[in-house]
Amino acid sequence: MTQPILELKGVEKSFGSNHVLRGVDIDVAPGRSLVVLGGSGSGKSVMLKNALGLMTPDAGKILFDGQDVTNNQGKTREAMRSRIGMLFQSGALFDSLTVWENVAFRLLNADKMKRSDAKEQAIETLKKVRLGASVADLRPAEISGGMQKRVALARAIITKPDLIFFDEPTTGLDPITADAINDLILEQVKALGAAAVTITHDMASARKVADEIAMLFEGKIIWRGPASEIDRSGNDHVDQFVHGRADGPIQPSL
Amino acid sequence: MSDASTTKSGGFPNPLAWTGRGTLALFGEIGRLSIFSGRTALSALTPPWNLAQLWKQIIAIGFYSLPVVGLSAVFIGAALALNIYTGGNRFGAEQFVPNIVVLGITRELGATITGLMLAGRVTAGIAAEIGAMKVTEQIDALKTLSANPFRYLYAPRFLAAALTLPLLVLIADIIGVMGGWLVSVYALDFDSTTYIRNTVDFLTLDDVVVGLIKAVIFGMVIALMGCYQGSKSSAGATGVGRAATLSMVGAAVLVLAANYILSTFFVQIGI
Ligand SMILES: Nc1ncnc2c1ncn2[C@@H]1O[C@H](COP(=O)(O)OP(=O)(O)O)[C@@H](O)[C@H]1O
Ligand SMILES: [Mg+2]
Repeated sequence: MTQPILELKGVEKSFGSNHVLRGVDIDVAPGRSLVVLGGSGSGKSVMLKNALGLMTPDAGKILFDGQDVTNNQGKTREAMRSRIGMLFQSGALFDSLTVWENVAFRLLNADKMKRSDAKEQAIETLKKVRLGASVADLRPAEISGGMQKRVALARAIITKPDLIFFDEPTTGLDPITADAINDLILEQVKALGAAAVTITHDMASARKVADEIAMLFEGKIIWRGPASEIDRSGNDHVDQFVHGRADGPIQPSL
Repeated sequence: MSDASTTKSGGFPNPLAWTGRGTLALFGEIGRLSIFSGRTALSALTPPWNLAQLWKQIIAIGFYSLPVVGLSAVFIGAALALNIYTGGNRFGAEQFVPNIVVLGITRELGATITGLMLAGRVTAGIAAEIGAMKVTEQIDALKTLSANPFRYLYAPRFLAAALTLPLLVLIADIIGVMGGWLVSVYALDFDSTTYIRNTVDFLTLDDVVVGLIKAVIFGMVIALMGCYQGSKSSAGATGVGRAATLSMVGAAVLVLAANYILSTFFVQIGI
């Protein structure tokens, strides 16, 4: 077995009395696409933020490329982050910067690249997500939600990462735009040969991009298997989620 | 949250538990603010500096505050002259108006008025901006892109405020004294030449320097409170609004408290 690029071992995280993650175990092999399903508020974003080191787990371990990065703050973590791309749920584009400065942010700041070179690369990358050079000098507020997602995707892939996180990439988009985003994600992840972890509650999206699917419920991964077996999981929770029923073992969070 | 300690008899909060929890919360808050301030100052005083961001903040904090500082100063100077004239009149001491105006403005009012106005304009603005970035995950995005928010966001604002406040205060001093002169000459029948001569003769470098040193400290307070409250802002428009309000009130109170402590200090060392 090849060494996983990312591994979470027994990760726990609480906020006061709210025990969000209760021992998450999951791993991702290089170049594979994992989708983690889970209801709203089930802790999907918290799981990603722990993996990225934006939050520190209360217990458990996070390994990146075999290296323990759980409590690492310094160079190791920066080295890890330079190999990871992240597409935030809200896009998280910097609204004081132009589109191209957003896409090239790491090149301009951490890598100290010349502005003209960085802009050239940013425009190249925007092309990959089907955005023309004409948007490069606009501000994020001046483009549509679907375009913002594509800009955020461009920012996540510009440095050719080995692992990309997608936090609900299709939430808030109409089904057609959502499908176009899924296509782009699939295409770019394959082109880079990167591993991908996508968290979503959108089944159409999950079926499209996943090699493997896992389900997060009550702070744990309760099922995991190849994407092709999602309809034959033999797990009530997964079945309820796949078919979107309100009645079943999972209580709707109202 | 309502556990046993908050609700004892009849639903009234137990005053001991309430006071104890309040005190603990206060110390926790002071601790967090101190750590935040230390990290910001360290990032501000050590390279690499983000000069592009620093310049942007100098314009935003310094340049765009000129109108509000100038207007406040002219009115304070004018009102001060008027009040000193009325008060001094009772002892036949109205000729001291220029002296007291220039002393009051340079040592005290130029800096405090500038500090208070910027606690409104700048602190609340910084808190709202950083708060909005926090709740839209932009601060997380900065970190994943290997940009340290202390270097990229907080240090430039801290430095810009600490550098531009003294300049603003210097301008407030000049305009404030002019406000006093205007009222004295046009409403109180002072002779313009005599008023200016008295002002210049009485003015000392020490008084001006006292105001400028205060200004540096106020600048730090103003930027820190905005960045700190913004960075811990909770989600939603109410969270950001709350951060802006808290930061502004905090900065205003801290500016006045720092002013008192610094005044005491300067009196003690005899300048
Ligand atoms: N920074 C935080 N502080 C306190 N509670 C948080 C924080 N982030 C998330 N939570 C809580 O953790 C739970 C899971 O949130 P999240 O991971 O965002 O859900 P989702 O699965 O929809 O992405 C929620 O109950 C949320 O309120
Ligand atoms: Mg989420």
